[in-house]
Amino acid sequence: MKRLLLVSLAAATVAFGVSVSAQLNFPEIPYDAVEPLQLTRDVYIGEAAGVAANSKGDIFVYTRLGTPVITTAGARNVSHGGSRLFQFDRTGKFVREIGQGAYGFLQAQQVRVDPQDNVWVVDQMSNQVIKFDPNGRVQMIFGRKPEAMRVPNLPLNTLPDTYALVPNRPAPPAAGRGAGPGAGANPPANAPPPGAGPPGENFNRPTDVAWDSAGNIYITDGYGNSRVAKYDPNGKWIKNWGSTGSGDGQFRVVKGIVIDAQNNVYVADRDNRRIQVFDTEGNFRAQYRNVGSPWAICITPPPRQFLYVSNSNPPNNLDYDGEIVKMTLDGRIVGKFGRAGKLLKEFGTVNSLDCRAENELLVGELGNWRVQRVTLKPPAGTQ
Amino acid sequence: MKRSITGCLVLLGVASLLTASGLAQGTGQRAKAQNVPEIPFESVPNFFKMPPDVYFGEAMGVARNSKGNIFVYHRRDDTRLFEFDPNGTFVREWLPNSYGHEFAHKVRVDKDDNVWVVDEGTNMIIKMSPEGRVLMVLGRRPEAVEGAVETPQGDPPPDERYLFGRPTDVGWDPQGNIFISDGYINHRVVKFDKNGRFVRKVGSNLRGTEPYQFNTPHSLAVDAQGNVYVADRGNARIQVFDNNLVLRAIYDNVGNPWEVCISPGPHQYLFSSNSNPDSNTPASSWDVSGEIYKMELDGRIVGKFGRAGKAIGQFQTVHGIDCRNPDELIISEISAWRVQKIRLRQTTTTSSR
Repeated sequence: MKRLLLVSLAAATVAFGVSVSAQLNFPEIPYDAVEPLQLTRDVYIGEAAGVAANSKGDIFVYTRLGTPVITTAGARNVSHGGSRLFQFDRTGKFVREIGQGAYGFLQAQQVRVDPQDNVWVVDQMSNQVIKFDPNGRVQMIFGRKPEAMRVPNLPLNTLPDTYALVPNRPAPPAAGRGAGPGAGANPPANAPPPGAGPPGENFNRPTDVAWDSAGNIYITDGYGNSRVAKYDPNGKWIKNWGSTGSGDGQFRVVKGIVIDAQNNVYVADRDNRRIQVFDTEGNFRAQYRNVGSPWAICITPPPRQFLYVSNSNPPNNLDYDGEIVKMTLDGRIVGKFGRAGKLLKEFGTVNSLDCRAENELLVGELGNWRVQRVTLKPPAGTQ
Repeated sequence: MKRSITGCLVLLGVASLLTASGLAQGTGQRAKAQNVPEIPFESVPNFFKMPPDVYFGEAMGVARNSKGNIFVYHRRDDTRLFEFDPNGTFVREWLPNSYGHEFAHKVRVDKDDNVWVVDEGTNMIIKMSPEGRVLMVLGRRPEAVEGAVETPQGDPPPDERYLFGRPTDVGWDPQGNIFISDGYINHRVVKFDKNGRFVRKVGSNLRGTEPYQFNTPHSLAVDAQGNVYVADRGNARIQVFDNNLVLRAIYDNVGNPWEVCISPGPHQYLFSSNSNPDSNTPASSWDVSGEIYKMELDGRIVGKFGRAGKAIGQFQTVHGIDCRNPDELIISEISAWRVQKIRLRQTTTTSSR
């Protein structure tokens, strides 16, 4: 135990040293970018919250498109629509829409394709993770869409925080209000820490999904909770780890997750500005504090795997951040590319990365309604 | 003295009544300009030819491209963008079910025939290619997961460079720099370069009556020299800025400018609409507003035409003007759910100068 502590202290010191040495000084990786999707008058996208490719190179885009609607004139305010899942072939030609009108498609957050080419979408507003088979049929559902929305639930003067995606919500009324003075002020001694989430699904704005080599499922949850939830391949809950905070194994906006061939789990801990590394039981192994705010993360295939991490600009600025960093699995930076902007080869609030090849990425943006395919060119004199 | 104080109190009372009824913008007042010549005009009857299932809602914006095709951005069941050919025949809808269309405010076409819409529901400005592909988006729609948003009480939060508070209009200088009037929540005009990067702004999140301040900048237009004409509607004036947003002039004699438009060509004209308030409240506003002014860029008034009314050839809260041809305007109205093609008698226009 003491030894483990020493190791993590050393790791933290090293990592801190790296983060002080100004991430902007990383070597620039030359690159090109194109917009691979062939969009038309009838097929176009909104915010490209999620993008992923399958083994054939087909591109799946989970996009915020259409109007998110909340009904009035009902017993309660029910939410509908606002997101769609499109499939394109590897040349960018539109193939089909999947899950049209799906009950859980409200606010696209992420899409990933598993090793069997199943397509998994994560919806931040319906609090659901939905698994489609390669034919586009629903296979498995995690979480449940809230039956009704509270309206209104956010005064405008908190909008700047909203734009930064760190909601500054008014404190909820204390539990057991009216049961006497001070009731609910102190949680019971055995209550889980804030953000730990329930033993089960019940997500609060989930963000991403990944699988280990045994097919276990890991869901990051998310904006509202601060946990990683682990399920067996049949979808049965196994365990949670994490709570809200900045210590080892704690998170502030746990935004993304990938797992390498050795079953190391890399978690994008966005607002703590770090990547945390765990084993499949959630034991803390290391943290990398040199990547800015990780909004999106992907991992290249074996044998020699790399991580790409996007230090995305928030939606309210175009004047700093926005670069994507390439790093080794042990946290060393290989280089970076890109900056915030609206032109081709620039990035607007990247929310999704896919990297099935070491030098080719799909990049999904919220700030620009597009997907870019980025091709990295090895710097002269290497390899 | 006592009498004048009483008068002020009465005025205050009226002002608060107006505020309560949503007319805080001070609209519906008589323009100061006197003895302005009337420009004879006619409204082309039955100009728009639409299939039975195609019709307008509140017609917020109208603009033509270089080929004469007409774009109308309007509030129907959902907010929609329609294209018509130069003869008024319906061509198609653009971006149906777009994530950026929620509550139409304006459509404009730039010199390269790109179509831009300004949406005050999503707080976004969307640039589309002549083929209808999204090329650029400015601003960002609040996320659905945050739920419904309340209208602010009191001062809005500080304005942000890249986000808008119910923006109203867009224009471009000859270099392609982008100017956006913003709007109902903020009270400012923002300049971006052609790639969408912030350059500078004038005004802020707070409304004001001083020069360089705005009370609902509701429309803007840019002339061939890159000067920016801002319809400062609630202050009943047009503020004219140079390309660096330095104030050059104020025109305060044409009522409440709801919409401004500058015609192209070697001799540019400025059109400004003193629109009658929506719902014609108070009813007397119908009698003192609703006319459109034709002006020289330096503020001299050439003439005026039109008046409030529901008949063809009258106007009900003009909100959009296309003046690509200064003698043949396309005019969209909120309250009448319609768009009219207007021919001005050019000879009279010239003789009245």
